[in-house]
Amino acid sequence: MAELLGMPPQLFFGQLLLGLINGAFYAMLSLGLAIIFGMLQIVNFAHGATYMVGAFGAWMLMNYLGIGFWPALILTPLIVALLGVILERLVLKHLYDLDHLYGMLATFGLALIIEGLFRQAYGISGLPYEIPTQLQGGTNLGFMFLPNYRAFVVLMSIILCFGTWYLIERTKMGMYLRATTENRELVRAFGIKVPRLITATFALGVGLAAFAGVMAAPIYQVNPLMGNNLIIVIFAVVVIGGMGSILGATLAGYLVGLVEGLTKAYYPEASSTVVFILMIIVLIVRPSGLFGKEQ
Amino acid sequence: MLPRTYFLAFLVLLALLPHVLYPVFLMQLLCMALFACAFNLLLGYTGLLSFGHAAFLGGSAFIAGQAAKVWELPIELSILAGTLTGTLLGVGFGLIAIRKQGIYFAMITLALAQMVFFYALKAPFTGGEDGLQSIPRSNLFGIIDLTHEVTMYYFILALFLAGFLIIFRIIHSPFGQILKSIRENEDRAISLGYRVDRYKLAAFIISAALSGLAGSMKAMVSQVVSLSDVHWSMSGTVVLMTLIGGTGTLFGPIVGAAIIVSMEHYLGEYLGSWVTIIMGVIFVICVLTFRQGVVGELEQRLIKRKLPFQSQDSTS
Repeated sequence: MAELLGMPPQLFFGQLLLGLINGAFYAMLSLGLAIIFGMLQIVNFAHGATYMVGAFGAWMLMNYLGIGFWPALILTPLIVALLGVILERLVLKHLYDLDHLYGMLATFGLALIIEGLFRQAYGISGLPYEIPTQLQGGTNLGFMFLPNYRAFVVLMSIILCFGTWYLIERTKMGMYLRATTENRELVRAFGIKVPRLITATFALGVGLAAFAGVMAAPIYQVNPLMGNNLIIVIFAVVVIGGMGSILGATLAGYLVGLVEGLTKAYYPEASSTVVFILMIIVLIVRPSGLFGKEQ
Repeated sequence: MLPRTYFLAFLVLLALLPHVLYPVFLMQLLCMALFACAFNLLLGYTGLLSFGHAAFLGGSAFIAGQAAKVWELPIELSILAGTLTGTLLGVGFGLIAIRKQGIYFAMITLALAQMVFFYALKAPFTGGEDGLQSIPRSNLFGIIDLTHEVTMYYFILALFLAGFLIIFRIIHSPFGQILKSIRENEDRAISLGYRVDRYKLAAFIISAALSGLAGSMKAMVSQVVSLSDVHWSMSGTVVLMTLIGGTGTLFGPIVGAAIIVSMEHYLGEYLGSWVTIIMGVIFVICVLTFRQGVVGELEQRLIKRKLPFQSQDSTS
């Protein structure tokens, strides 16, 4: 196996792994975005900023309080989810009866504020974050070298996506959620506290983004602008997967990551634009996205 | 309706301003004002929120700059080349994005614009991170010297007014009425037999072309085109300018552009990156409490006083 599809296998698998890692993050982020959109009908422009706050949360816990990676992996999403609850109660709550576009604009403003504040405090150069000791090093798979932490990220992402899918499709709480997405008034009439459900959903989506942020901290540097361009890729992923489809958002996340990785191996110049080309093709062939329902 | 006296006062004000304020600042303001007016044609009068207008502004600015600097075209042809670039990008974006509405439309235009951004980042002629610098200003029609800033101001003012009058004509034409009807109730417009998609596409292309004109003007004024002109935060800025001034009002985008550009110009050096934070705060406040914008609110108060029992149409 000296050559694989016209290139050394190490390079090929290396790029594929890189794509898979990116895909794992895309999947976690687009999942949260899809859940929030399904429930609040708001495209959360601040999702990238939330992811960044997650990474910073881990960094701050480490550097100011000496709290390591594992507790931070639980603590940070909880803290960020709490902040999300406050934001939802203070700002987003007032936008539900308006045109959806206002929700997008308000969260855009929030993203500017959050990223601006962190940039003001920490500058734009990245801050390093150590890989937890248990996951340092890697495994030689024979055809390639697999860093343990990256394998962990992919595994966690799959568990998390599956867990969220299970929560929404198979549990009673998820049933309420889906019912509320379908018909809010009717669910209210059955005595379920819809506003609380909405707040919880937003907290869940935001928490997912923060979780992704914590996991991203050791791989990418912790940087106030780390979510800035990412959010647009995530938008494209959600369009490809089909708006409001949880399964679609997850699978499209991995798909986009892998396609990006392969493009980087074969034609590096196009690697940052291939997502958008994929989006255009999907829009022409299947306007409602790969897994979206026809409206 | 545009009361003639207001318009004349506005003209006189614009003609006198360069003798009071710094002309380069005013020219930049006019470029952004035209950009916002072009954007408003789409958001305010057709009801489509594009989050990709930076591509038209920046893309055309790069081509106009390239035309003037490398191809050594005269200034009027460079601006034409830039405007054509905006138009062509508009056709491309429009054909893809127009099938979708609302949030989808915003996200797709954003993604498409990001493609243009990455292209500008990688393409050799844009100068990458440095941008396109020292763009020359040739004489207008070969005779009028534009290196003098006040002369340049009047040239830019003429282009701005041309663009503004085009938008004014469109809004008050039967075509503009159909656009407004699409904004108000798209299904009804379809049932009345209008080919809504074609009207939306036309509005989109016109908006892109005028944004291209604004971008080309901007390239000639500042003589520099940087990547920030194509970055999506520029698309956000134009939304903010339109929103703060008054969506769907004729003068709103100009007022909004004046507020934002002055803020960046006068506060930028003291506050640095706090400007972004302040813009974010204004954004949130506008969306929460001040959705009609400065001009929208003013118009509503004036109309309320004059015609207490009639329906209010903030678009007139």
